[in-house]
Formats: sequence, C-alpha cells, structure tokens
Amino acid sequence: MSNIEQDTSRYRQIVRGKIKQNLRRYMTDGQLIGRQGKDLVRIPVPQVDLPHFTFGKSGSGGVGQGPGQPGDILGQAQPDQGDGEGQAGEAPGQHLLEAEISIDELVQMLAEELELPRIQPKGKKNIQSDTTRYTDIRRVGPESLRHFKRTYREALKRQLMTGEYNPQRPVIVPVREDRRYRSYETKPVPDSNAVIVYMMDVSGSMGEREKRLVRITAFWIDAWLKSNYRNVHRRYIVHDAAAAEVDEETFFHLHQSGGTKISSALQLCQQLLQTHYSPNDWNIYLFQFSDGDNFASDNDRALEIMEEALLPAANLYCYGQVDQRHYSDSFYDVLADLRDIENLVMTRIPNDDAIYDAIKVFLGKGK
Amino acid sequence: MSFATALPSDLYAIEQEILGYARDAGLDFPEVRFLMLDYNQINQVAAYDGFPSRYPHWRFGMEYERLRKSYAWGLHRIYEMVINTDPCYAYLLASNLIIDQKLVMAHVYGHADFFKNNLWFAHTNRRMLDDTANHATRIRRYIDKVGLEEVETFVDRCLSLENLIDVHGPGILRQPSRTDGPVNEDEHPGRLPSEKGYMDAYINPPEYLESLRQKQKQEQSKEKKFPINPQRDVLLFLLDYAPLTPWQQDVLSIIRDEAYYFAPQRQTKIMNEGWATYWHSRIMTRQALQPSELIDYADHHSGTVATSPGRLNPYKLGVELFRHIEDRWNRGAFGPEYEDCQDQRMRANWDRQTGLGLEKIFEVRRIYNDVGFIDEFLTPEFAEEQKLFTFRYNEHGDHYEIASRQFVEIKRQLLFQLTNFGEPLIEVTDGNYQNRGELYLVHHWETIDLRVDWAQATLENLQALWSRPVHLETTLADKGIALLSFDGKQHTSRLLQKAAG
Repeated sequence: MSNIEQDTSRYRQIVRGKIKQNLRRYMTDGQLIGRQGKDLVRIPVPQVDLPHFTFGKSGSGGVGQGPGQPGDILGQAQPDQGDGEGQAGEAPGQHLLEAEISIDELVQMLAEELELPRIQPKGKKNIQSDTTRYTDIRRVGPESLRHFKRTYREALKRQLMTGEYNPQRPVIVPVREDRRYRSYETKPVPDSNAVIVYMMDVSGSMGEREKRLVRITAFWIDAWLKSNYRNVHRRYIVHDAAAAEVDEETFFHLHQSGGTKISSALQLCQQLLQTHYSPNDWNIYLFQFSDGDNFASDNDRALEIMEEALLPAANLYCYGQVDQRHYSDSFYDVLADLRDIENLVMTRIPNDDAIYDAIKVFLGKGK
Repeated sequence: MSFATALPSDLYAIEQEILGYARDAGLDFPEVRFLMLDYNQINQVAAYDGFPSRYPHWRFGMEYERLRKSYAWGLHRIYEMVINTDPCYAYLLASNLIIDQKLVMAHVYGHADFFKNNLWFAHTNRRMLDDTANHATRIRRYIDKVGLEEVETFVDRCLSLENLIDVHGPGILRQPSRTDGPVNEDEHPGRLPSEKGYMDAYINPPEYLESLRQKQKQEQSKEKKFPINPQRDVLLFLLDYAPLTPWQQDVLSIIRDEAYYFAPQRQTKIMNEGWATYWHSRIMTRQALQPSELIDYADHHSGTVATSPGRLNPYKLGVELFRHIEDRWNRGAFGPEYEDCQDQRMRANWDRQTGLGLEKIFEVRRIYNDVGFIDEFLTPEFAEEQKLFTFRYNEHGDHYEIASRQFVEIKRQLLFQLTNFGEPLIEVTDGNYQNRGELYLVHHWETIDLRVDWAQATLENLQALWSRPVHLETTLADKGIALLSFDGKQHTSRLLQKAAG
C-alpha cells in the first residue's frame, strides 16, 4: 500500500469515528430514508479539521472582483480565501467534508453504538442446520491436522519455563503434551426467514410530523433486520377505522382521515399471518405505530386479538406511540396491562431524539 | 521519484524551445526538471504539497480524497505544480494537450525565476526534497517506537499551532527570549575602593549607591520576566522551554521547519502566480504559440484568470497588477509630478516615453511580497478598472454581500487579509505567569474577534504541549478584554477589562 493510501485509509477511519459519535443526528436525516443497503450515502462530517487560532465569522469578508452594487448578494458561492493549485475560479469552495458510507455500514455502527444484540431466531430444529468449521484448537487429534505453529509455541513456552531453552542453540523439541491440533466447531446456521409487519395509524390525528417519525424509525428497524436475515418479507398495513394492506410507497405517503380502530389492523394482521406466515416457519416481527388515540370501545377487542393471536405468534411485538402530547387513556396505557408479556415492547416517540432510544428499546431484546 | 517518467522526445524538444524563450526574456532560474505524472499521481503529489513523500498523516489523505473526487467530478484539474528546490522540480499532467504543456512550461519558468530571485525566498531550504523525505523517515521511526495514536495525536497538536510562527523571523534578528550570561549579583554595585575609611562617604555617596542598587534591582526583576520580550515564534518558544520528550521535540521541530519553508509561498501567492502568468502569457503570445493552437490557448488561459464574485483569483489580480505597473513605468506615470496631478484625463493620457516597465517589474518581483505589492502599487484607477469590491458576511441573511467599492476600503481589506496571512497576531508574553510556570499569550486585536470555539480547542492543544495551564488574552468586541484559560481539565474565561459603553 502506498503512503498516500495509508494516509487516506487513516483519514477514513477518523471520519468513521466522527460519524459514530454523531450517529444520533444522522439517523434522523430524512435523506437517508429509502436507500438500499449497498447504496452509498453522503453525509456531512463535522470538522475533521485541525483547530487553530483564527478569526470568527463576523470577520470573514474579503475582496472580490466583478460586477454588482454594494448590497448585492454574492450567489451561493462560498467565499474562499484559501487557494488551491490549478485553475482558480474552478476550485471547489470551502472544504465541506462529505463522507461516503453505505447504509450497511451505518447499520453496523448503529448496532455497535446501541449495543444491539445479535438476533436470536426462534429455536426450530427442523429448519436449523449445523455446519462445522475448523476454527478450534484441541490437544488431541489426528497428526494430519497438527497445528505446527501452536505446537511449536507450546514447546517453546515449556522449554523456557523449565530452563531447557538455550539461546545459543535454540533447538525446540515438542513432546506429546505440546501438540495442538486443529479441530472443528459446530455452528448453527440461523434460520433466515423473517417477516416484518408494519401497522400504522393514518387517522386524522396522525400528521406529517408523526408520519416522519414512523418512517425514520421503520427505516432503521428495516435496515437492521435486513442485515440479520437474508430474506426478509415486509408487509404494510394502514388503518383508520378500517384497515387495508398497502405497498411500501403508499404506506409512507398515504393521507387519510377518519376515526381510529386499532383492532381493524390487528385483525388484518392476524389474517395475514394465518394465510402466509406460520409461526412455526417464520420469525415474525410486528411493529405498530399510532398516536394512541383509539376509540375507547375498540380497546377490548384489540387487546383480545393481541393476547390470543398475535403475541403468541410473534418473536417481538413492538408498539411505538408517536404522540407529542400524551392522551390520557391512550392505547399505550391500555397496553400497560400486558406489560409483563415478554415479547411485547412499548415505547413512546415524541420527537426526533427519541427515535434513537426507541430503536434500542425495540431491538435491544434480540429476539 | 520512482513512478514519474521522463519527458518523451517531442516534449523534450518543446521544453528546449520554451527554455530558450525564457532565458532570452531575462528570466533567471536554476535547472528545471520536468516530470510526467498521470492524474492519480499528480493528485497524490498535490496532496503532499508538491513533494513525493511526506510524513504519514491523515490530513494528506483528506486532501488526496478531495482532489481525487473533484477531479473525477470534473470540478478541477491540476495543470502544473512546481516546487521551490534547486534544481527545481515541476510536474506535468500526462493527459494534457501539447499546447497545455507548453503553457505550463512557460508558467513554471516564471515560478522558478520567482523562487530564485524573490527576497522572501532567500532563506528557504532549497534541498527540501531531501528534507521532507528525512522528516517522513524520522516520524515513521517514532511511530514504530511509541505507536501511531500517540505520534498522530502529537502531530495533530503541533499542526494546530502551526501558524504561530514569526514569518519575518528568518530575515531579521529578533530580541532573544532570555539573556545569557551570569546575572550581576554584586551586592554593592558601583562602589569604588576607598582606602581611608573617613573618605568613604565622599567617594561613595550613600544616596548614589542606593540609586544604583535600585536600578540593579529593577533590571534584575526585568530579567526575571520571561521571556524578556514578547515572542512571536511560539513554536520556537515551545521547542526551547516546553517539557517535551526528545521525539516530541524532533516532531515539533519538523513541523516548524516545514511551516517556515511554506510561509514565503503564502506570503507571495498573488505575486508569484501573477508573475508566472505574466510570463506564460508573454512567451506564448509572442513566440511559442502556433496558429492552430490559438483557440485552446485562449480557452485555457482564460480559465486560469477567470474570476468569480466571492473569490479573489491570485492569478488574475497578480498578472493585471504586474501589467499595470509595467504600463505605468513605460509611460513614466509615477513620481511626485504624476502623483500631484489631479486631472484625470491628463493622468490617463500621461506618457513620458520612459520605457522603464520591464525593468520595474523585475525589480518588483525581487523585493516585494504580497503586502508590499498591494500597498505600493494598488491604485484607485486599477481598482476601478478591475471592478474590485469588498464583501462581508451578513448575519441576518446568512450570506455574503458586496460591502463597498471604495478604494480605501478595498485596499484596507486586502492588506488586512494578506498581513500575517489574514491570521491573528499572537505572541507569548509570559512563560511563568503568576510565577507558576503558566503560559500567557496575547492576541493583538484589530477590530475582529477570534473564533472562540476554535481558540479554546487550540488552547487545549497548547496546554498538552506546555503541560501547565495556558492563557490567551484577547478582545471580544462586545464584551471587552477577556482571558481564555485552559488548565488541562476545564476552560475558564474572565473579563480583564469591560468594553467601553
């Protein structure tokens, strides 16, 4: 690797570190939404520059050249007193740094930052298969698998300890106990089938802001689950007083108004699972977003479906309530009765900042 | 450089041709060696400030990434690069047209002449090519010894203080930071020997002795002040007095040497580029250009001197000012008689047939730097002809806007941004502040405040080198004289003097 490449890769490392520090901010950047895992996204990096004593912005002025009257705005061109070689006037302006990074990498960083556990798929022996890899070391084994380096090291250690080692004549003779052999480990191949069902309340009370919160949260959940399962099915359900299954595009852009019956969505979800996704073969992740403002009369029905059909089937049932002001008797409070059920996770997402924490709550269980 | 290739024969012929024109025109330069690089190599060399090797540091990687991307996106293209060494090395981009190579060669001879003859370069190290390579080796060795993270952090810190040098230092003798030699500890200064006791009061009048003692005391207290005189070369001060390990000292001295090496180039950017542009334009249009190459030449030359509103093009300003000077001295439009003439028309048509233009610009390239160049030769006529203006940042609209077309304003702003590279003037005034070994710096405030968050971050770096608390005295326009301090754990700031009103 040439020197400049070393410098460049060191620089990239530093940029990655910066991104990780500011992950919370980037996550809520709406531009990232809708990108695929391998897509490179450009995100602005704050100040990888070296600070020095310099003048503040109020002092930044300069001399320019060209037509115009005092008071005229100088385009969007960032005045730059710095100079680059080569063609002046065409040199890029301020060194606004943008790092290119793939969504996959961001998700990886997110996982590290949030300390998200590796997902544990439901134990289903019939689907799970074991593979073996020769990554282990044992004291016994066939000579053909003898690990020469390890054996040598053990012998050296022993001779040093017993004082047999002579630096003038460094002869290392392994004995039986020094021998080390390569061996295999059994690794389960995780079951890779997963389905995510998103349910969103699109009733009149869910505004643009609320949908944005849902969208960003859903995007990162999606990205995370995709990086854990090779094959993720996604289904989208929207509901007001009645529910319908829609495609992704519609899910995020639909405007609707009307009352709210959460049970309608739950019921549809139940049907969906029954027809397509048997809990025996699928890892099921259910995410429900609402502002929590449900018809009071509907709550019992919703609870019943959840308790009897959905919760037993799902790996994880996540409920995110995107309310700015907390309604009393919201669905969140209704679900409080079920709090003890292990695979139910609830959180409130009142603003952008809460998204980060919501994801941690949702995925932190590693189910 | 191992990967560079020598010139092919057709370019060699061109080189010889242009070299002849340049020598005939009176340019005086050391041998210039041209090397061909592809765009990737030229970006690499550009990231290293023109040198084939530098010490390992991420900022070169950052610059390389930036150059590589902007080249890939077609935003810019490096035509030429030349370094101030003897012999002079210049790089040509292999994918350029022959006409570009001609232009670049003529341009490079201009730079080489400037490097050799301009006074501000007199103290630069012409064997810097070897030295940067040695610096790289030394810093690599330290990395192997104490680890990348530690060396890198230290280099970062040094670089953050890189601009605290004394640009005029190499050229003049400054007052030392500390007097050498033993301090005069004579208990009775000035006492004359008196053999007879009764004469003593006459030979050594007590009042006189007392006054001498007072004087000595004063001088001693002055000597206790450290440094005796404010020091602008903060890096040197740190090298001399900061508690650094040997490797840290060496790294700091490397950073300082390189800062001094590059300083004249920043001091003469406008002149240097102007001079090179003047000569490529003159050589090309008078001699080297073939009729078939005219359009390409005009295109690329105009790209070089193109202006954009928010940015002063040093190529353009420099070449126009040199031409302006040449024209004035050709016409004899200088001296008291011309200066006193108030009649605009007479001034414009002034012609004494003196023909001193060329001679004058050669003199100018020898003795001025950008500050003097602008101070001496920027005229109201020139500012108007070149449509110069000042701009400022508008806080309400978060944009830049044209502030003024007044000559006085333009000149003031230009000089301001050129003086000390448009960076704040900061000196060490006390290396033993409060008699506790704390470092005290003073910023000489001239109407513009420091960027406080960066100043604090820089203080952190300074503190890490000095190891005792550090202080920076500066002025905040709306608050007064403030003292920013960092003691290694936390920042404090207090007002030393409230702003009037």
